[in-house]
Amino acid sequence: MTNIVEVENLRVKIPVSAGMLNPVRGLTFEIKKGETLCVVGESGSGKSLSAFSLMKLLPKIADISADKMQFMGRDILKMSPSELQNMRGNRMAMIFQEPMTALNPSYTIGNQLVEVLRRHQNVSVKEATERAIYLLEKVGITAAASRLSQYPHQLSGGLRQRVVIAMALMCGPDLIIADEPTTALDVTIQAQILHLLKELQEEFEMAILLITHDLGVVARMADRVAVMYAGEFVETGTAEQVFKQPVHPYTQGLLSCIPVPGKTARGSRLGSIPGIVPSLIGDMRGCAFRSRCPHANGACHNNVPLEKWSDDHFKRCVLDDTALTSIAKEAIA
Amino acid sequence: MLIYSLKRLLLAILVAITVSFISFSLLFLAGDPAIAMAGEGATDQDIENIRQLYGFDKPVLVQYFDWLLRAIGGNLGESFYFKTPVVHLIAEHMPVTMTLGAMGITFALSLAVPLGVLAAIRPNSIIDRIALLISVSGQALPSFWFALVLVVIFTVTLGWLPASGSDTWLHFLMPTVVLSYYAAPAFMRLTRAGMLDVLGSDYIRTARAKGLTTKSVFLKHALRNAIIPVVSLAAVQFGFMLGGSVIVESIFALNGAGSLAWESIGRNDFPTVQGLILVFALIYIVLTFLADVLNAWLDPKIRIG
Ligand SMILES: Nc1ncnc2c1ncn2[C@@H]1O[C@H](COP(=O)(O)OP(=O)(O)OP(=O)(O)O)[C@@H](O)[C@H]1O
Ligand SMILES: [Mg+2]
Repeated sequence: MTNIVEVENLRVKIPVSAGMLNPVRGLTFEIKKGETLCVVGESGSGKSLSAFSLMKLLPKIADISADKMQFMGRDILKMSPSELQNMRGNRMAMIFQEPMTALNPSYTIGNQLVEVLRRHQNVSVKEATERAIYLLEKVGITAAASRLSQYPHQLSGGLRQRVVIAMALMCGPDLIIADEPTTALDVTIQAQILHLLKELQEEFEMAILLITHDLGVVARMADRVAVMYAGEFVETGTAEQVFKQPVHPYTQGLLSCIPVPGKTARGSRLGSIPGIVPSLIGDMRGCAFRSRCPHANGACHNNVPLEKWSDDHFKRCVLDDTALTSIAKEAIA
Repeated sequence: MLIYSLKRLLLAILVAITVSFISFSLLFLAGDPAIAMAGEGATDQDIENIRQLYGFDKPVLVQYFDWLLRAIGGNLGESFYFKTPVVHLIAEHMPVTMTLGAMGITFALSLAVPLGVLAAIRPNSIIDRIALLISVSGQALPSFWFALVLVVIFTVTLGWLPASGSDTWLHFLMPTVVLSYYAAPAFMRLTRAGMLDVLGSDYIRTARAKGLTTKSVFLKHALRNAIIPVVSLAAVQFGFMLGGSVIVESIFALNGAGSLAWESIGRNDFPTVQGLILVFALIYIVLTFLADVLNAWLDPKIRIG
């Protein structure tokens, strides 16, 4: 399968009053056609900044660099502003976390849907409107035609998120970046939206980069998973590998945070990882997780590369294989 | 929207009634109006005659309602000075003031809004600094001083523009600039602040993520939302400009309602002053009402509640 996205050593730097913030520190990943890559990690780990980097939609003060950052074979970092504009919303579209504020309050749903298709394709208002109605029906909105003349404030959060999804689909993109698309919604709506995304992905053969901090969402959606901690991937692999054989102590910590029906005793304390994320200001050496890691030793002060663990399964940890294997066994026991 | 507008209308009417009462009582502010009307050297009998003729001997409330009914019927009394109906005087002088106000507001908006937008697009840039400079000086310089500077440059030195009168559109240029220079800073700051606020919002990020052109992001998506408060301010400022034209009209000898008001005060011409105040106040109330309605109409959340 062909890679739609290829990124090597993506870094984001933001000057802040206390020094240089390094919220994204050398990410390498690829996304294949039609697959879902889930990036999972705690709040502040740099997930959103990484996602926005792909669209080059960061605040001006942020500095993005990468050895390679290609989308459909083209170098994103070398694109001119107008080439970027032609790509955004067209080949690469975005779904946001906050459906309540993602739509412009002054324009109708129809206006905002039609606008994006007309921006990228030479179609009439009528054709664009037909496409909008078709997609609104696709995302499960009833009486789609009459919704076109409504304003965002007239729709509920769940409906608005469906509109945002329809908007992302207007040009039939190759990649959808969804930054916590269900975090702001209640649980039943969450499940519906995720189900919908999966269906649409198959129908339109889109790749999805799904950002989340919810492992339940990862389990439902992911083909491959990248676990992010303090601006780095600490473990990557297929969903199966990461869920069944988590090797990195951080992944194990995350997994122990979710209760498993039948396994977790009623009333027992949920696992949580003690400690806080280290400051990302200035240079940093060694494993970022060491201060919170139950298995840390002196070697953790050295820089650790992302190393192969098994096929497609990578980890960033200095512990040797036997140690990790035994920890891994312990974790899934 | 309809209910909202009706509520606003009711409020406007209440304010108008209050204003009319205040305007009515102005006549009594300077003491006994009959003495003022009779002028110097009048006998007690003369004053008594005037008092009866104008009904000053009746209870105040009765006088007010009489006056109000006449005012509604378009009768604002007769000017002490010109001995002609005040309504005619106002009708004669209002067009100049209205023209000046309309030109002033148009000029102020067309200068301030683009500058405010540019300043917001590039905060702390040269344009932003220039905008700030104009804004600060516009607030700090007294308009009569600014008017004199203009006259010195364009009339005395260059001889391009006439300094007094209201015969051609050229006569209106300098007064317009002076009038709008005073109003522009508020528009500029409001546009800039509104734009900066809106540019940080999620839906602008959405618009960018849709690949819309910079122009469309700024003008269609940002300005449309940032302009809402500017619209209300514009209506209110227009009212201020009509009032503010008192100074500008006197400086440039424009024969408008502003200079009429100024001169009538000097001439103790109470009915004229009273009529002008009433008309200015009513215009102001109508403008505020229109601003509220326009504002509501621009905001879909109020328009389609
Ligand atoms: N414009 C900015 N200026 C300074 N710091 C920023 C800026 N944007 C993000 N950051 C910082 O960068 C870090 C990573 O932010 P990011 O939004 O990518 O986190 P995230 O993983 O998406 O978290 P969340 O789950 O809360 O959305 C955070 O510590 C954040 O405070
Ligand atoms: Mg985020």
